[in-house]
Amino acid sequence: MAKKHNNVLPGFNLSLGFTIFYLSLIVLIPLSAAFIKTSTLSLHEFWVAVASPRVVASYKLTFGASLIGASINAIFGLLTAWVLTRYTFTGKRIIDALVDLPFALPTAVAGIALTAIYAPNGWIGSLLAPHGIKVAFTPIGVVIALTFIGLPFVVRTVQPILEDLEAETEEAAASLGANRWQTFTKIIFPAIAPALLTGFSLAFARAIGEYGSVIFIAGNMPMVSEITPLIIITKLEQYDYAGATAVAVVMLLISFVLLLAINGLQWWNSSRNTRAI
Amino acid sequence: MSIEIRNVKKNFGDFSALNDVSLDVPSGELVALLGPSGCGKTTLLRIIAGLEAPDAGSIHFHGKDTTERDVRERQVGFVFQHYALFRHMTVFENVAFGLRVRPKETRPSDAEIKRRVHELLELVQLDWLADRYPPQLSGGQRQRIALARALAVEPKVLLLDEPFGALDAKVRKELRRWLRRLHDELHITSVFVTHDQEEALEVADRIVVMNKGKVEQIGTPQEVYDNPATPYVYNFLGNVNQFKSNVQKGEASIGGSNIKLEKENQQADGAALAYIRPHDIDVQRIKSGSAPAFEVKVNYIHAIGPLVRLELQQLGQDAIIEAELTQERFRELGLNTGEQVFIYPRNVRVFADNTASA
Repeated sequence: MAKKHNNVLPGFNLSLGFTIFYLSLIVLIPLSAAFIKTSTLSLHEFWVAVASPRVVASYKLTFGASLIGASINAIFGLLTAWVLTRYTFTGKRIIDALVDLPFALPTAVAGIALTAIYAPNGWIGSLLAPHGIKVAFTPIGVVIALTFIGLPFVVRTVQPILEDLEAETEEAAASLGANRWQTFTKIIFPAIAPALLTGFSLAFARAIGEYGSVIFIAGNMPMVSEITPLIIITKLEQYDYAGATAVAVVMLLISFVLLLAINGLQWWNSSRNTRAI
Repeated sequence: MSIEIRNVKKNFGDFSALNDVSLDVPSGELVALLGPSGCGKTTLLRIIAGLEAPDAGSIHFHGKDTTERDVRERQVGFVFQHYALFRHMTVFENVAFGLRVRPKETRPSDAEIKRRVHELLELVQLDWLADRYPPQLSGGQRQRIALARALAVEPKVLLLDEPFGALDAKVRKELRRWLRRLHDELHITSVFVTHDQEEALEVADRIVVMNKGKVEQIGTPQEVYDNPATPYVYNFLGNVNQFKSNVQKGEASIGGSNIKLEKENQQADGAALAYIRPHDIDVQRIKSGSAPAFEVKVNYIHAIGPLVRLELQQLGQDAIIEAELTQERFRELGLNTGEQVFIYPRNVRVFADNTASA
């Protein structure tokens, strides 16, 4: 008789089963519907839908702007998290709450507000316009909108790790003669790098799918400032459902590959620092 | 390198962690800062290291004022209670860290770093762990690596903050003997913080007993144990029986008996506290001679280990007196609980009782 293995945490089968069922219902089934709908197209029709110059330009803008936005967030989100964990100052709680605002704000509101500020007659836009810098209705505007909505991800993933860092390891580094920059690059940064990468990929994924805040500030000029989600909407409005899902499928695949690559990087990083036991 | 601490004060808010502490650590000695938690010993150690700045007073290394110098420039090796190893680096890289962060002009070559690190790892007998990561090591191993890391920068002074506090009793004993041997080999001026009197008595050349931000006594282990300067030190270094007493003309009355005080232990007349260590109590079945004795009842016998602990109660009094006998003596007497016997204190210490209202 096989001895039943007793785990301290019961219910593995049940909870795993439910998790798969739940993920299927919420994620996999809707996604597979996109693939099924796409499969009604012939290969040629599919190619025309996803590889026309206008669509390709939108891929470049969406993924490029998302990457730039997420990178900016990685740098300044880290700085914000650093300030929020390392220093005490009046109004810290307010700033801490402010970080979450891009989550709570309806994206359309954010888009309208950003457009109002950066338009050539807006507060900031009117200052930049005389120097020949146009933000609203250009790819720069897209980057700004995507940076705005991605901010909380990096801050909120890095913050708890920074808080948990032992002050002692930094003191140890200092007593061994390391200056502040060496302490940061050799001791602090390696410890927060995995969290930073997670925050980056979350911000990146969020930016790829962003629609509401971008369409107002982007101006949506074909080949210049038109993002892929807008292409999809446009196709839907023209009752080209299969074409819309075809573009969506391509987007999904690219996102999937990119996120897989980031996860691979994460895995490589953690296996390099084997932390068994 | 000797360390001189002059009138150091440190407050944390309203709490006075150090109150006018002065202390000399002679070159090459191993000194223990001993005291209960909250007595300021760790704060003092951190001030010596430069990890904390004193509110007043100064720190001198070999006569040179280092109060304003940064921890990076003080050339101290600091060992933390919880090791503070760099988790993402191998043991080798941990030990090499102090050498690798040096400016280019003074940084040793890679081959030289490799040689030095392996030398240090051999010194702490853990060369075979060079490629492991700290989370893969046991507590005792981690602490030895932390020590090797601190020694890598060739510090002038080695500071250890409760180095064995997080280890289990057996490893702790082993490591403190090992530290003593290491110190005898290297002769580096070392200060370590501990709340464990046994550890301090066993390892240190000199003990600094601290209490509430002040130094109570400085001396060799023998001195502080045999001649405690204050009741606090007496209490802190081992078990003790305390009696309310009254000193009159060189005699202390304790529980109805008058005990003549020895020359070096004279006190002014008045209220006093008398202390007797449990192993300084002799138990007899019958009263003999003129020596002062107490008649007591045996309440409890704890006979495990080399020493037998007796809980005794003086007749007509509430206070419990603790006595320790050797197993041999205990068998000789053949004591049972409930019996009445006589006890003879061999060594009584008396201190003026400042708390008693006259």
